[in-house]
Amino acid sequence: MKVVGKPRPVSPRWGRRLGAFVFLGPGVAYLAVLLLVPLALILSYTVFRRGRFGGIVYEFTTENFSRLFDPLYLDVVLTSIKLATLTTVFALLLGYPTAYLIARLPRTWKTVALVAIVLPFWTNFIIRVYAWTILLSGPGLINSALGTQMELLYNHGAIVTGLLYSYLPLMVLPLYAAIEKLDPQLREASANLGASAFTTFRRVTLPLTLPGVATGCLFVFVPSFGNFVIPEILGGGRTATVGTLIRAEFLKSRDWPFGSTLALAVILVLIVLLVIQSWVSRRG
Amino acid sequence: MGRPRFLYVPFWLTYVFLYAPIAVLVVMSFNEGKSPYLHEGFSLKWYGVLAEDDKVMEGLVNTLIVAGGSTVLATVLGTLLAVGLARHTRSKLLDALGLMPAILPDLVLAIGLLVFYDVVQFSLGLHSVILSHALFGMAFVAAVVRTRLAHADSSLEEASRDLGAGPVTTFVRVTLPQLAPGIVAGALLAFTLSIDEFVIAFFTAAPTEPTLPIVIYSMIRFGVTPEINALASILLLVSFTVVIVAQRMTKIGEFRAQD
Repeated sequence: MKVVGKPRPVSPRWGRRLGAFVFLGPGVAYLAVLLLVPLALILSYTVFRRGRFGGIVYEFTTENFSRLFDPLYLDVVLTSIKLATLTTVFALLLGYPTAYLIARLPRTWKTVALVAIVLPFWTNFIIRVYAWTILLSGPGLINSALGTQMELLYNHGAIVTGLLYSYLPLMVLPLYAAIEKLDPQLREASANLGASAFTTFRRVTLPLTLPGVATGCLFVFVPSFGNFVIPEILGGGRTATVGTLIRAEFLKSRDWPFGSTLALAVILVLIVLLVIQSWVSRRG
Repeated sequence: MGRPRFLYVPFWLTYVFLYAPIAVLVVMSFNEGKSPYLHEGFSLKWYGVLAEDDKVMEGLVNTLIVAGGSTVLATVLGTLLAVGLARHTRSKLLDALGLMPAILPDLVLAIGLLVFYDVVQFSLGLHSVILSHALFGMAFVAAVVRTRLAHADSSLEEASRDLGAGPVTTFVRVTLPQLAPGIVAGALLAFTLSIDEFVIAFFTAAPTEPTLPIVIYSMIRFGVTPEINALASILLLVSFTVVIVAQRMTKIGEFRAQD
């Protein structure tokens, strides 16, 4: 039953416009000023020259882009890709079985296991990275336990360990969401039709959880690729990555145009991965 | 059923990997000696050193100011944005825009904001960090509130309007109470993220007013003592408590909503 009330003071159409303005206005304005304008600035800086003492000279140049393909910097980009890829692969190898088992746990234990995965993620990032220096350092725990004097810190292995430690939860969660949704009857049907456990996994479970795999890989790869804190603390500043380079261009050598060009490269990598991820999810 | 034995190896490896460093960190904080790497007898002395460290206390105060300010801003903006995106537009572009601060790498956001503050000659300080943190905080609040909105019953709002309540009354008395658990969860998320955030703060804070993560970073880079371990242990305890309480609270919230 519809109550016929007093006529509304504002016509519905205007009311809706006003509503859109009140609700969307502040947030969109904030995003425009503090997100879109800064991104546009970074984009425009890529084609300008750096001033002699830092600063920007507003003169068109393609120098920043040709520098990006200089073997010296190309090597840095490739190192970053290698580190991020290794991290993603290890995260997948540890994360998939973990997520698979969590999804099959009884309900109470499921919550406990999930909270335990997320918990370290909510603690200070710098502290989590620092914890590894205690384990890996020369006089550290691993060496004293083994009675060895191995150099475990300040190499690629230490960096990948730190990245994996920091972003593993971001792999487990989307995988868990994908595996949890899976209909157990599909696996039963596959088994009843005579497929081995491995075949069922390869032909049924894995293809259906591929969107989760893609999302997890995206979530791990992107922050690993742009990271500068972990290469600095666990890599001891010996390994240059895209992240450490951007940091140096902005805060040390003050070459903002080249730093912006590197940031654009990070954004482009992100976009390519986002496209792949959405393509995989749509197929799945 | 469907739980192959060998899968337990990577499963337990994951949990050992996640918690071993934390356990070691805490054990090393109760250290008599000066090295954060070797345990030389039980002592609470580094907790005493920590309590008298002015830099750490200053960083803590700065962090709390930043987290408090940015959370208020992020919660108001994020809640409005969530309602706006769900009820007042169908634009996919605006949707994507609202999520962007959460998706973009923190380093990209950080240098973008640094360049922007430089171009408009905005001074750096706690206020600039508050504005920066509100940017990604808003995206997370909006995302959480939107999931809540998806479950909210929009016919209640229509009923309220049909019964003659104005749009403002309807929003305050009908929509907001329905969203409250989502708003609280979003605010907690924004607060925790801000407290731990390092990269954006590192680029947009004034050197004279560092937040706690920046203080910790410079402590690590310039010589380490078990004082850092003591600080780390306390922070671990605080964030573990907050997460577990938040977990409980959202459960209670869901319960109430189902009644």
